[in-house]
Amino acid sequence: MAGKTLYDKLFDAHVVRTENDGTALLYIDRHLVHEVTSPQAFEGLRLADRKPWRVDAALAVPDHNVPTDAVERARGITDPVARIQVETLDNNCTEFGITEFKMDDIRQGIVHVISPEQGATLPGMTLVCGDSHTATHGAFGAMAFGIGTSEVEHVLATQCLIQKRMKNMRINVEGTLGAGVTAKDIVLAVIGEMGTAGGTGYAMEFAGSAIRDCSIEGRMTICNMAIEAGARVGLVAVDDVTIDYVKGRPYAPSGDLWEQAVNAWSDLHSDSDAVFDKEVHLDAASIKPQVTWGTSPEMVAAVDANVPDPARETDTVKASSMEKALKYMGLEANTPLSSVAIDKVFIGSCTNSRLEDIRAAAAVIKGRKVAANVKLAMVVPGSGLIKQQAEREGLDKVFIDAGFEWREPGCSMCLAMNADRLEPGERCASTSNRNFEGRQGQGGRTHLVSPAMASAAAIAGHFVDVRDF
Amino acid sequence: MEKFEKLKGIVAPLDRSNVDTDAIIPKQYLKSIKRSGFGPNAFDDWRYLDPGEPGMDNTVRRKNDDFVLNQSPYDTATILLARENFGCGSSREHAVWALTDFGFRAVIAPSFADIFFNNSFKNGLLPIALDAAVVDDLFKKVHAKSGYKLEIDLTSQRITTEEGDEIAFDVDEFRKYCLLNGLDDIGLTLKHADDIRAYEQQRKQSAPWLF
Ligand code: SF4
Repeated sequence: MAGKTLYDKLFDAHVVRTENDGTALLYIDRHLVHEVTSPQAFEGLRLADRKPWRVDAALAVPDHNVPTDAVERARGITDPVARIQVETLDNNCTEFGITEFKMDDIRQGIVHVISPEQGATLPGMTLVCGDSHTATHGAFGAMAFGIGTSEVEHVLATQCLIQKRMKNMRINVEGTLGAGVTAKDIVLAVIGEMGTAGGTGYAMEFAGSAIRDCSIEGRMTICNMAIEAGARVGLVAVDDVTIDYVKGRPYAPSGDLWEQAVNAWSDLHSDSDAVFDKEVHLDAASIKPQVTWGTSPEMVAAVDANVPDPARETDTVKASSMEKALKYMGLEANTPLSSVAIDKVFIGSCTNSRLEDIRAAAAVIKGRKVAANVKLAMVVPGSGLIKQQAEREGLDKVFIDAGFEWREPGCSMCLAMNADRLEPGERCASTSNRNFEGRQGQGGRTHLVSPAMASAAAIAGHFVDVRDF
Repeated sequence: MEKFEKLKGIVAPLDRSNVDTDAIIPKQYLKSIKRSGFGPNAFDDWRYLDPGEPGMDNTVRRKNDDFVLNQSPYDTATILLARENFGCGSSREHAVWALTDFGFRAVIAPSFADIFFNNSFKNGLLPIALDAAVVDDLFKKVHAKSGYKLEIDLTSQRITTEEGDEIAFDVDEFRKYCLLNGLDDIGLTLKHADDIRAYEQQRKQSAPWLF
């Protein structure tokens, strides 16, 4: 018998029962909750007179709507609709007895940043959240995926989900990344290669020496964007990097339990003879810094390339979506990407707001100034603890001296539910994960890049190859 | 959940691929703590010429007459036809609520994003994936005749065109059963409460650090 993939091991360990058509009832170990996708689920529980099955498996935090302005945070959210939503989360957590890191808690931050930081994300877990970027936690060898609100309610009520097994895909990235090229560039290159639907129906395991060389932060960046290639689940096998990161965190096991857990985690990798439904190979050394040029993450190119020309695309449906995208983005075909000037810079989001990202950005910015044509450049750390640590290292001063704003943690301009947003027509170098129309504000134009590339663009006033910077 | 057995209705052609959930319902409407009322803001950025905010009176906003759902008879369509990877992007179930609140009961496309696909079934919206060539053919028919109708029969898993042609489609047995009967799957899962407890007992032995 062939060996098992990591995904299949995780799936099999969580099956409560299986129906005749192969649908399984899966047990969920960790349920992360935020303010946007949970109110209707709690309301559903109340209407049906149901109780949460296991409150200690849940951990809640407000992140999407919270202000990143310190004054507004202290005073209370100005937008009344957003305020009600955050208060609703507070009230629901109190009523049902769920642990919540409230807005004034130093541990508050983006849901996908705080859970790993606290050790609430552990290898071997099933972990869900009403948020598509839940794939992030797969960096720990956990089976993590985003769910809708009905499923949030289902997990609250039963601690289980009804799931079909996904197919297995492995993305092998071998070799060494060039200087200035980061995990973000790997994942953007993967999405460019696969297309936004290339991973639909698959669990996507990232493997190869370039992935093993990544820190846990870099692995989270990569798994985070698996969903942008259509895969609900991203995965990386457990190794010493994983275990060293988890050790000693507040929610991680300790003492004898730690030894027992580490022992069990040593099996969390695909067996050498496991068979994947699809394998993709990438050469790390050939990946250049990436910039998206369109309105879908697959519309991506190397920074030294030109904006592509729809006239050269033979698939008519594709050509027409390229044309639509270029029109929306206000770009001419065949323009060098490095000549495209920007209005705003956003360093943050669950893709790139961890300490490693902030350090990488600061390293580029140190001693330089934001270009005069850049109206706003902001750094939004992923959590209160990251912000605190960055300040201990003096990184806040590096940014502020250069002309950046240094903000409070939250999702912020990743999706612009709070006051941080693009105005119509504004162009942004953003370290987030989605460049959809209107994502960062109606009419706003988003270019996805790594933290180092966003920083270099802030200084130059236009995109620039960070390797020559 | 509303049952789904048979549906005959007008098909609205949304000739785009990668229609994402941000486009189906923009983020500002996600601040609502309700499940209803999203219909008037479905495809808000494409439907209206002026920017929308929650709480606005949508009837007085300037409509984009070029957008298909603003044109008669598509404003009363119950079936949406689109290109590949429909519903990609965020997990927001609000996208499904916006489509059903608008009046849609089925979406036909060559492919769907996984989370959107799942969410649809929980809300009585039937997503049907057909071959790209078949979808392309349907687009031609719908473009050729305004108000073109399709009939969908979930029991027999067949779509009937106006010309009387039949197109078979796939649907998971369990999802079909829930849709046909309008069943709440939490209730179904709780019938297995003993199995869940037994699993927990066994896991507490094998992986005690998870409890
Ligand atoms: S940072 Fe952006 S992508 Fe991540 S959870 Fe928040 S809104 Fe979603």
